[in-house]
Amino acid sequence: MSQDTLFDKVWDLHKVSSLPGGSDQIFIGLHLIHEVTSPQAFGALKDKNLKVKFPERTVATVDHIVPTDNQSRPFKDNLAEQMIETLERNCLEHKIKFFNIGSGNQGIVHVVAPELGLTQPGMTIACGDSHTSTHGAFGSIAFGIGTSQVRDVLASQTIAINKLKVRQIWCDKKLSKGVFAKDLVLHIINELGVKAGVGFAYEFAGPAIDELSMEERMTICNMSIEGGARCGYINPDEKTFSYIKNKLCAPKSEHWDKAITWWKSLKSDENSIYDDVIKLDASKVEPTVTWGITPGQSISINQQIPLLDDLSPNDKLVAKEAYEYMSFKPGQYIKDTPVDVCFIGSCTNGRISDLRVAAKVLKNKKVSKNVKAFVVPGSEKVATKAKQEGLDQIFKDSGFQWREPGCSMCLAMNSDKLIGNQVSASSSNRNFKGRQGSPSGRTLLMSPAMVAAAAINGKVSDVREFIK
Amino acid sequence: MKSEFTQPIGKISNINGQCIPLIGNDIDTDRIIPARFLKCVNFDSLGESVFEDDRKTLKGRHPFDLEENKNASILIVNSNFGCGSSREHAPQALMRWGIKAIIGESFADIFYSNCIAIGIPCFTLPKKSIEEMQNYCDNQFLFLEIDLKKSLAKSKDLNLNLEIRESSRKMFLSGEWDATSTLLDNENLIENKFNQLPYIKFNSHYS
Repeated sequence: MSQDTLFDKVWDLHKVSSLPGGSDQIFIGLHLIHEVTSPQAFGALKDKNLKVKFPERTVATVDHIVPTDNQSRPFKDNLAEQMIETLERNCLEHKIKFFNIGSGNQGIVHVVAPELGLTQPGMTIACGDSHTSTHGAFGSIAFGIGTSQVRDVLASQTIAINKLKVRQIWCDKKLSKGVFAKDLVLHIINELGVKAGVGFAYEFAGPAIDELSMEERMTICNMSIEGGARCGYINPDEKTFSYIKNKLCAPKSEHWDKAITWWKSLKSDENSIYDDVIKLDASKVEPTVTWGITPGQSISINQQIPLLDDLSPNDKLVAKEAYEYMSFKPGQYIKDTPVDVCFIGSCTNGRISDLRVAAKVLKNKKVSKNVKAFVVPGSEKVATKAKQEGLDQIFKDSGFQWREPGCSMCLAMNSDKLIGNQVSASSSNRNFKGRQGSPSGRTLLMSPAMVAAAAINGKVSDVREFIK
Repeated sequence: MKSEFTQPIGKISNINGQCIPLIGNDIDTDRIIPARFLKCVNFDSLGESVFEDDRKTLKGRHPFDLEENKNASILIVNSNFGCGSSREHAPQALMRWGIKAIIGESFADIFYSNCIAIGIPCFTLPKKSIEEMQNYCDNQFLFLEIDLKKSLAKSKDLNLNLEIRESSRKMFLSGEWDATSTLLDNENLIENKFNQLPYIKFNSHYS
């Protein structure tokens, strides 16, 4: 059993009680809600005649269903309009802070909370969304919950949950040029498998992780869940503190120094005990692309799609399904695969640094005429910043469509969808069957820089050829 | 779709029913209920859309469309079932179709918690036993009587020692899987915890 890790310290601090069955009752320091997984929770609260216990500890925004072309109200899609209205009503009724469209702070919940300084080290953070693990980049313990648990958090600010084991993933050395956090996390998931993290929290550590910016760290923690770990985190350091400093909800004046002292004490101790430790060499990671229907089915840009015989018996079943669904042949190279749609955005890679790196690749280049390309900033703040830096113009000049903030084609709950069996190069997090809105649509996950390169060439390309 | 849907309440100790096998590893929640069906403010109509895209692709040959499975209530799955999105809509859709318990090689964490929270016990068995059960279902009906007290499942030919997390088993037997009231019993402890947490004091508030 793990001891003295950040996970243990934060868990113990937030433990309210041991429940009769043996699970723990854990206090949730920050609860984030959005329009998709909260309405039924508010409904259940009403049915049980319960109030929201600590309304000031829940913060709402709207992201999944928002259109990215025309956001004027009412939305063209009646169901989407009904969902945003329900959220507006619930927040008003229960006095919950809601960052709505046009507030300047709306966006994907996992982009918004860090940029507001809501996400801080040492907190427990829950949200009805599996990518809540993103917030672990700050040294918080953050995980996705379902709607019944959203109800429990609203009613009691606590949930019943079993303590997770802790696996440290030690990333040695440094990423090489043209290789990004997205490549590293896809590589980790490929190495460990999509279910290795079940029952675990992942602690990402080592020189390669220390080297990453906060936004890159968010990309890593964001995809913990794709490796099966509902929670992933990184010990806080000076980068963490300086990212938070002066943000809207960051501790101010004399509280700031107290906060820093406390945050520093949370780091995993040098001799802490882990349930498991994995080490890998980050300098060996290359630009990585998924070829299949799980985020674990990825290869380096110059590799061939694995042969059935090269796979473990457990992986064969899904690989067969993947060859058929993706229309790939075993042994085929992923490079030069034609793409129809290029999507830059999502809670994985829709932040300002993602847009900057993609814009750098796209500058003075044109998107292939066979490709529909669009960029969806992760939040209103990201969009504003990008415009200040002239990135929107670089995207538009290259042939990318510049859209309004939201989750968009990561999960295609709005009108941004693949059509038929189109192939997308996507900076998002899931390549599941049908994920991007068409039951036969095909998704290739990659870094935003790689999406930009694919957009220019109209096919999967090695971004290193663009940034020599 | 089955007869009238009733939500489970209170203690759950026995589940009897026909098994429905669903073969495949890493079946994600997007497949269980595609995102377009999440545009709703209640769960009521999700049952009919469960596995919608997979079912359309298989044109009537999907296990959830086979006439012989229409009264089944115990789902038999392989490994990492329910991975991906945290959408509770996935187990809600299964439950509204008629699923009352799931037996599999392994489950994704959030999916598992969601099942517990809505009253669907999830049991695990080794790969070999799961495959045997799935094969058995190919040729004949498999009716199981699941006894949560003993973690046993019986049929006329099989006796299975099911595995289930002890805390989950106890929660089903006591009825505390429906956790809200148990959590609220500790209201004083919750208040104390709130007052103890360092960051509650030093955060700035949004305005």
